[in-house]
Amino acid sequence: MASLIAQSPILIIAIPLAAAFLIPLIGMVSQKARNALVVVSLVFVAFLVFALARDISINGIHIYTLGATSPDLTIPTGFMVPVRIILEVDGMSVFFSIIWSIVSLAAAIYSLSHIASETGQTRFYTLLMLMVMGGFGLMYTGDLFNLFVFLEIASISGAALIAYRTKFADTQEGGFKYIVVSAIASLMVLFAIGLLYAQYNSLNIAYLAQVIQYTTLDKIALALFLIAFAMKTGMVPLHLWFPDAYSVAPASITGMLVITSHACMYAAFRICFTLYGGVINAPVVGWIIIAFGLLTMFVGVTMAVYQKDVMRFMSYHAISQLGYMWIGVGVGLAVLGNPQLLATFGRDAMSGGIFHILNHAMYKPLLFFTGGALFHYTGTRDLTKMGGLAHKMKWTTILYMIGTLSISGIPPLNGFSSKILIYESVYQFHPILTITGIIVSILTLASFTKAFHSAFMGAELPEYKRGKEVPRSMIIGMLILAAGIIFVTLFPSLVVDWAIHPAADALIDQSAYINAVTGAIP
Amino acid sequence: MEHIPLNFPFLAAALLVGISFYIIIFKKNLIKLIMGIAMMASGVNLFLVALGYRAGGNAPIYTDVPEGPMVLPVPQALTLTSIVINVAVLALMLTIVIRIYRHTGSLDSEKSRKLKG
Repeated sequence: MASLIAQSPILIIAIPLAAAFLIPLIGMVSQKARNALVVVSLVFVAFLVFALARDISINGIHIYTLGATSPDLTIPTGFMVPVRIILEVDGMSVFFSIIWSIVSLAAAIYSLSHIASETGQTRFYTLLMLMVMGGFGLMYTGDLFNLFVFLEIASISGAALIAYRTKFADTQEGGFKYIVVSAIASLMVLFAIGLLYAQYNSLNIAYLAQVIQYTTLDKIALALFLIAFAMKTGMVPLHLWFPDAYSVAPASITGMLVITSHACMYAAFRICFTLYGGVINAPVVGWIIIAFGLLTMFVGVTMAVYQKDVMRFMSYHAISQLGYMWIGVGVGLAVLGNPQLLATFGRDAMSGGIFHILNHAMYKPLLFFTGGALFHYTGTRDLTKMGGLAHKMKWTTILYMIGTLSISGIPPLNGFSSKILIYESVYQFHPILTITGIIVSILTLASFTKAFHSAFMGAELPEYKRGKEVPRSMIIGMLILAAGIIFVTLFPSLVVDWAIHPAADALIDQSAYINAVTGAIP
Repeated sequence: MEHIPLNFPFLAAALLVGISFYIIIFKKNLIKLIMGIAMMASGVNLFLVALGYRAGGNAPIYTDVPEGPMVLPVPQALTLTSIVINVAVLALMLTIVIRIYRHTGSLDSEKSRKLKG
């Protein structure tokens, strides 16, 4: 067990990769075996992630050096700088990978029947496993270039999955927009990596964080990184591709895209706090993030109110919710240089933002999955054509209600616990942030109630009388996420103590991340 | 090589990236858009390779290397990886554009557009 945990960072990346290449072989023999392989490998990876999380909460940052005789030998004998590829897992990375493992498991189980009528399912699962692997790699790598590579793996497979249902014209358009945005963002990231490499001759994040000077070139690189990741997360005004790609993908992939945008958010935080943490002009960058966060929150929700397409409506809400996280973490960044303010409200604001990521990664995929269930049942995404579906789709109705109450921040659901944490702490930074947050929350509730009314309430429509509730695996996929919501609802303080605070502290404590790699220098 | 200033490749890379941004933002034809992204990739790759160049350096092959400086091997490895990734991206984009053309009969991004609002 100890050696399994010591090797777990690479195993968590390698198992989905191996599964991705086994799936076409096994898929030729039997479909059931292929589906079993997908689920079993994801369950095992989730188990490894939790074991690794427990290990990190006890022993601190986990280092894995590829190609070294011992996993913690970061600097080869005779060298002064880390030259090997290093995987570095701290509280922040493991927090995001817990989210990633749970949602990808739910998405895979949901897909089993959601795409059962499509052709080319084997390729779907291959791409899905590649996407899962890309996300884990993005969170665990301690090396900037590998960050770029894993980002590209996740984007390419994601774009192919969005365009998976090739019989529809709009899926092709959504997939194309996603791949164009991803390609531009990745090239900007690569350009920024080149700028850093030109000055410091290293790609290791911890080593770069130690030697970085914040020259003009570094500032350009920071801007490139932030614009690229903001583009990938769908921050307003770079959000125009976002609803297009999210609304046309198969619902399980939309769930994966939600957590991909969180993975890119992780990368942005890692760059701001860890790589530039010691030198960054924190108030300026923090205020920029907060300003765009406010815009994201407000524009997202106002665009959502009049949407008729159920998936499109939910994706505008996803944009709007991302604003809360940017504001929470942005306030933490703005007061990063001031230990007193950081202790008073900065750490709480960051915890709130990070907590909201966890909650959003549970309820938003759940809502998208229910949207996919509605599409599965009715064959349309148009809310005006739906009605009275609560009569037949009891499970979906209940799960949709859980998601709605959670996203609108109705006490005591989990969305409320993270929002109240954000409201209380950012109020001390600037009251306008809290006021906007509450207004956005009310608009969210209003528009979700409207959608609930038009889809589920009312008399049964004659054209939907014949249908049955969606297949079991779709319900199980949704139930996994609903169980996550209920767990966080019941034990918010436990989750905050065990997962959220370690993640926020990992961002604040830049030196721990650096020392874990370079501490071995005599 | 002596007459070319050392930062000439960087200017070329910046020019390529600048032109490609213009293409990506202002051109309506999807194939031209893809060409813009390919150009941007070339610009970034040129930038990476130029980083590793040392004036008068040898190829970084350790066996039987002549005296004198070697060019940096790492940016070349990065560039190779980046080229491979960009091939995948371009192939996927072209595949999707073929599909878009089959569905809508147009390569104009205004005419083939279905998703709005």
